[in-house]
Amino acid sequence: MSELDESMDMNTQMMLDGNALAGKLQTIFGVEMTATSSICAQCGGTSMMGELRAFTQSPGIVLRCPACESVMLRLVQTPQATLLDARGVMYLKIPAY
Amino acid sequence: MKQSIQWQIAEVKAIKQETLTVKTFTLTIPVWVQHRAGQHYDVRLTAPDGYQAQRSYSIASEPERTGEIDLTVERLDDGEVSPYLHDVLVPGDQIELRGPLGGYFVWDTTLGGPLLLIAGGSGIVPLMAMVRHRVAQRSDIPTRLLYSVRTPEDVIYAKELSGLSEQHTRLDVIYTFTRQAPPNWRGYARRIDEMMLREVLQSLESKPRIYICGPTALVEVAANTLAGIGIDAESIRTERFGPTGGR
Amino acid sequence: MSEQFVSRKFQGRRASAETQHRLPPGQHAVTDFPVLSAGLTPQVTQNDWRLTIEGLVQEPITWRWEEFLQLPRQEFVVDIHCVTSWSKFDTRWRGVSIDTLLEQVTLDPRARYVTAYSYGGYTTNLPVAELINGQAFVACEYDGKPLPREHGGLARLVVPHLYFWKSAKWLRGLRFMESDQRGFWESLGYHNHGDPWKDERYSSDY
Repeated sequence: MSELDESMDMNTQMMLDGNALAGKLQTIFGVEMTATSSICAQCGGTSMMGELRAFTQSPGIVLRCPACESVMLRLVQTPQATLLDARGVMYLKIPAY
Repeated sequence: MKQSIQWQIAEVKAIKQETLTVKTFTLTIPVWVQHRAGQHYDVRLTAPDGYQAQRSYSIASEPERTGEIDLTVERLDDGEVSPYLHDVLVPGDQIELRGPLGGYFVWDTTLGGPLLLIAGGSGIVPLMAMVRHRVAQRSDIPTRLLYSVRTPEDVIYAKELSGLSEQHTRLDVIYTFTRQAPPNWRGYARRIDEMMLREVLQSLESKPRIYICGPTALVEVAANTLAGIGIDAESIRTERFGPTGGR
Repeated sequence: MSEQFVSRKFQGRRASAETQHRLPPGQHAVTDFPVLSAGLTPQVTQNDWRLTIEGLVQEPITWRWEEFLQLPRQEFVVDIHCVTSWSKFDTRWRGVSIDTLLEQVTLDPRARYVTAYSYGGYTTNLPVAELINGQAFVACEYDGKPLPREHGGLARLVVPHLYFWKSAKWLRGLRFMESDQRGFWESLGYHNHGDPWKDERYSSDY
């Protein structure tokens, strides 16, 4: 396990996925989002939000397409608001609950 | 699930030492909502000066156990929250949390199987909830758990897992030890690789539902390897825990 | 609105007395070097690596890795401050001062702003006035060793007097411009200027 960690740099090792954003996304959208399908605006690929690659260590949160790595969503929490940039998403398919 | 998730204050009912670095916290939840196996709670700590730290922990207990949950947490030396949980919390203490959360990395018996669960280190936790749920439902869905750990002392739920696999014919637990195997061990003693995955898949009847959870490095290797041997990506669900704890 | 629950015996972070004066508001000192990134580490080879200065310059210039290594290098020891609240004192780097790089170009007088752009797509912006006169450098060594990839190697921008998100990792080029263009984080809630001593974390425009 430790040898494997050394071959993957710390940046990759610290990468999470959309599951880690379940609480935050549910707070924003009002419904569970990790099982929602998202279509990448760059490559057209479909992934569930739980599968998006999450970079949570930077000043904000970045969710990237697992297929082409392009930025699908960006989230920043300021004291006043949550800012959400979803330009990298063609659309979300939110199930009717 | 249309649900407004609010922070609430839970009480620590009991604490169990699972391994040297892992503890299970049984928490009574005022507004308990039945979870699904695979879900997690967010735990938040607040200091007197307002500083907050928050982490997500997978629910270890089965949904059938009402009113309370088990969170199994590995203590990370450089962690912000886990050292507090391990070193400070005692039964009777309160802890702020919200949940249950997640809808992608979940399984219940109605989804069927066979089930292939691949765990690395503390990644066993949500998969254990799935196993416990299967048992509570008296289901006989063929279930295989491939559990990668460094040493035998790192196996969480060791006794329970050996008891369960003895009792249930269609539930197998396969260990692989990556740093040190038990004496006279004749099983796997290496990191998960293609050959191991092929062998593990071999005797599982039809296309299994696959859940992989653990350190990001392990999840990446396992998921990519499975995709490489032709396993349909739709049948694989993943949850990444970040870097491994300890070295 | 109920009062926030406070966790028994949770201290959070505390600054020691000696370092207090070196810490901007809201910061705490660390001894490790946290890795923060918006994406996977770009794997640019020395062969493919280029550093370009372009935009409002008389003539753009591009250095290859071997050429960049020929430029005069200096040691820089600086405190760095990340907007996520950690600060690290006395970080030791070796690199090429921006002033040295700019000796090779003639800036158009209209060039008042710079966009620093990176391999992997990251961007950040600052006024030219904050980049020159010893305020910034392109680092290729950290703590006596080649800059690790996870910290921005092969080379990164370092602008220590501003929050560290302005110190673009995996630097690919500097584009000189007449008007300011908000970068990756500046365009989503973060302060356009980013002075840690003035606690300029978030933009008031949002």
